[in-house]
Amino acid sequence: RRPRRAGVYIRVLSFALRAPVGVAPRWPCVGCARRSSVGRASGPAGLNFLSWKLCITTMRLVILDNYDLASEWAAKYICNRIIQFKPGQDRYFILGLPTDFSSYVKKWNLSVLGSTPLGCYKKLIEYHKNGDLSFKYVKTFNMDEYVGLPRNHPESYHSYMWNNFFKHIDIDPNNAHILDGNATDLQAECDAFEKKIKEAGGIDLFVGGIGPDGHIAFNEPGSSLVSRTRLKTLAMDTILANAKYFDGDLSKVPTMALTVGVGTVMDAREVMILITGAHKAFALYKAIEEGVNHMWTVSAFQQHPRTIFVCDEDATLELRVKTVKYFKGEH
Amino acid sequence: MDIWAHHSPIQAPDQTRRRIRRLQLGLTMRGGQGAARALVLQFTNCRILRGGALLREDLWVRGGRILDPEKLFFEERRVADEQRDCGGCILAPGFIDVQINGGFGVDFSQATEDVGSGVALVARRILSHGVTSFCPTLVTSPPEVYHKAPEAASLPEAAGDFVIAPSLDVHSSNWFVVLPQIPVKSGGPHGAGVLGVHLEGPFISREKRGAHPEAHLRSFEASAFQDLLATYGSLDNVRIVTLAPELDRSHEVIQALTALGICVSLGHSVADLGAAEEAVRSGATFITHLFNAMLPFHHRDPGIVGLLTSDQLPPGRHIFYGMIADGMHTNPAALRIAYRAHPQGLVLVTDAVPALGLGNGRHTLGQQEVEVDGLTAYVAGTKTLSGSITPMDVCVRHFLQATGCSVEAALEAASLHPAQLLGLEKHKGTLDFGADADFVVLDDSLHVRATYISGELVWQAEETRQ
Repeated sequence: RRPRRAGVYIRVLSFALRAPVGVAPRWPCVGCARRSSVGRASGPAGLNFLSWKLCITTMRLVILDNYDLASEWAAKYICNRIIQFKPGQDRYFILGLPTDFSSYVKKWNLSVLGSTPLGCYKKLIEYHKNGDLSFKYVKTFNMDEYVGLPRNHPESYHSYMWNNFFKHIDIDPNNAHILDGNATDLQAECDAFEKKIKEAGGIDLFVGGIGPDGHIAFNEPGSSLVSRTRLKTLAMDTILANAKYFDGDLSKVPTMALTVGVGTVMDAREVMILITGAHKAFALYKAIEEGVNHMWTVSAFQQHPRTIFVCDEDATLELRVKTVKYFKGEH
Repeated sequence: MDIWAHHSPIQAPDQTRRRIRRLQLGLTMRGGQGAARALVLQFTNCRILRGGALLREDLWVRGGRILDPEKLFFEERRVADEQRDCGGCILAPGFIDVQINGGFGVDFSQATEDVGSGVALVARRILSHGVTSFCPTLVTSPPEVYHKAPEAASLPEAAGDFVIAPSLDVHSSNWFVVLPQIPVKSGGPHGAGVLGVHLEGPFISREKRGAHPEAHLRSFEASAFQDLLATYGSLDNVRIVTLAPELDRSHEVIQALTALGICVSLGHSVADLGAAEEAVRSGATFITHLFNAMLPFHHRDPGIVGLLTSDQLPPGRHIFYGMIADGMHTNPAALRIAYRAHPQGLVLVTDAVPALGLGNGRHTLGQQEVEVDGLTAYVAGTKTLSGSITPMDVCVRHFLQATGCSVEAALEAASLHPAQLLGLEKHKGTLDFGADADFVVLDDSLHVRATYISGELVWQAEETRQ
C-alpha cells in the first residue's frame, strides 16, 4: 500500500479530486500526493462530471492536522473548483465569502485561535500570485456586514475584504459584492442583494465559518432556517466578544448587522464550512452529531446535498471517536 | 493655522490674511474637476512610509494626489490604469529643505537681474537629492536686496528708519531686488516647489552673526514691526523669519509675524532660556541650526538649547529645531543628545551655500567670499564655518548612521517634521490619502533612485534609466 501524504486523511474515491490532466497540472491532487492510474484512464479531459458528482456526495467531513493545513486544503479546493469550472466572459464562477475580525491579525497569533478564514485567503492570494488562479471571471458575494459602521472603519468587513483579499487579486470591482451597512433603506439593500445573487445565476460555492454558538454568518441562535438576507440584531454574546476589537468600549460595538439568511446559503450549489480551533468544537458537535436545530443554525446543512466541513484536529475534540475515525478512513 | 489662535494683538490687515490663505491654497490646489477622470497610477512592489512605519503596501496616485485605493474599489469600482514596479524600494515623502542659501553657483542673496532663473536652477538640481520642496534662504543683506527703495522725490512722510540706500554697490544692483523675484511656486518637472522665502537676518545678534556681514545688521528701534516691514518691504513671499529674541521689542514683532502666518525662528542669538521661552510664548516655533550661532548649553542656563526640554512652553506645542547633520557643524554626540532629548522636533536642513554641488575654490555668499575645501566651507581667511555643502540625502544618511535611529525616523526628520513646522502636514511630508504625491524612491541604503512630484517622474538615477 503506498504511504499516504503525512497528516491528511480524506475519505474520498481516490481519483475523485485530482486536478484534471491538461488543466493546471502544477500541483498534485488536492490533499493527496498520489497519482493513481485510475484518473489517467479517464482520458485527457480528466475528471469527468459523473465522478466529480460522486465524490462530492460522499464527502462530508475533512479533518486536517492543524489550522494551516486546513486553510491550505480549503484554498486548494476553491482553486480547483474555479479552474475546473472554466470561467469565462459569459460564464462567471459565483463565490460566497466569509469574513472575520481584522484585529485578530494584528493582535493575536492566528494559529492559536484558528477560526478565521485568513489562512485560506492568504493561500488563494499565493496561488494567484503564482499565476495559477485568476479571479477575473469570478463574482463574489460576502455574507454579512455591520450596520452603522463607516465603510473605511478598520473593523468593517469592507476593510477586511479589501486588505486581506481584494487588493491582492485581479477581481473586477464590479464583481465584488458586499452588503452596505450604511444604506438608507436596509431592507431594500438586502432585497437587492438577493436579487443580485439570483441574477448572477445563484452561488456555485459558498464558503463560510461558524461561531462558537453555531451560527452561520450572523444568523444567531433562534434564526429561521429558511431565512433570507435581512437585518439582524446581534446576540449579547457576540457583542461582548466583539468589544475587544473596538477598544473595549461597548458603546462603539455595532449592535446590528446585515446578513445572508440560512436559506440563502442553503440555495448555493455547494457549501464549504471552515471550522478550526478548540472553541468551535462544541458547535461542530452540535452541527453534525445532533439534529437540525435553529439554535445551532449551521446544523441546517445536514440537509444540503453538497456540504463539506473542513476542520482541524482541535475542532473535533467534542465529536465521538467513532465519527472521527469514520471520516478519517480508519475502520 | 493653529498659531493664529494663540496670539494676535497686532491684527494683520485683511489683505495679508487673505494672501496667506491664497498662499496655502495655491500650494494645495491640485486635482480639481478633471481629477476623477485622470489616470490612476499604482506603484507596486515597494515599502511606503506611512503612519511612522514602513508598510508593505502599494502607493496609488491620481491627479497629483495620493489616492485611497479602497475608496476607489468600493465607490468608483475602478482599478489602476497603470502599474509601476518599484523593485522593492522604499517610497518616502519628498524631502523639504527649509534652509538653503543657494547652490550650484547660485546665491539667492545676490541681487541680480534674473533671480528667478537662479532659483529655478537650484530647484531643478536639488531634485537629485530627493528634495521636492524648499525655502530659498536670504542671509543678512542690504535693504535694497529685499525691496526697491523708493525714489527720493516720492518719499512717504512716515519714512521712519528707511535706509534710502545711496548706492553701496557700484554694479547698480540696487535696481534689482531679490525678494519679489522669488514667488511661491509649485514643484514639477522644472524643479522642486518653492514654499516661500526664509529670511535669516538682519535682525540678529552682533556677537553671533557667523558669516553674516556686520554692516547690515539691524535691530528694532522706534517702530518694531514697521521697522521690519521697512527693511523687507513686502512680506508676500516670506515663509520663515529668523531673528534674535533678545533684541528690544522682539516679542511684538514675533506676534505680528505669527499673526501673518509667518513662521518665526530663533537663531544667531545670545538669548538666555528665559528670553527664548518668552519668544516661544509669543509665537516662535523654530530654532535655526541648533547649537550653531547661539550660546552653548550651560547647566544653569541652557539658553536656546534648553527649549528642547523646556516645560514653560504653551501646552500642546513643541519646538522644532533645525540641525545640519553633515558631521561638521555639529559633533555627532551633540546631534545624539539633541535627538534623544526631543526626537519629535528635529528638522534636517542643509543650510547649503552656493558652493553646493561645485568643486573646491572661492565662491560668493551674500556679501562675502567663502572658500570650499573638500566637504567644508569657511568664510574666506577665517575658521568660521560658512554653511554646509552636504546634500539633503547625505544629511539623512549621516543622521541615520550617527544617531542609530530607525529609517522611518530619519526620513520623517527630513519630510514630515519640516511640513509640520510650516503647517503643511496634510499635504506635504506625508503619504497619507489626499496628500500631494511628492515622493522619493530610495534603496535600502537611502540613496535616491528617483524623485516624483505630483505623481510625475521628475528625476531618475543613471543606473535606473537603463
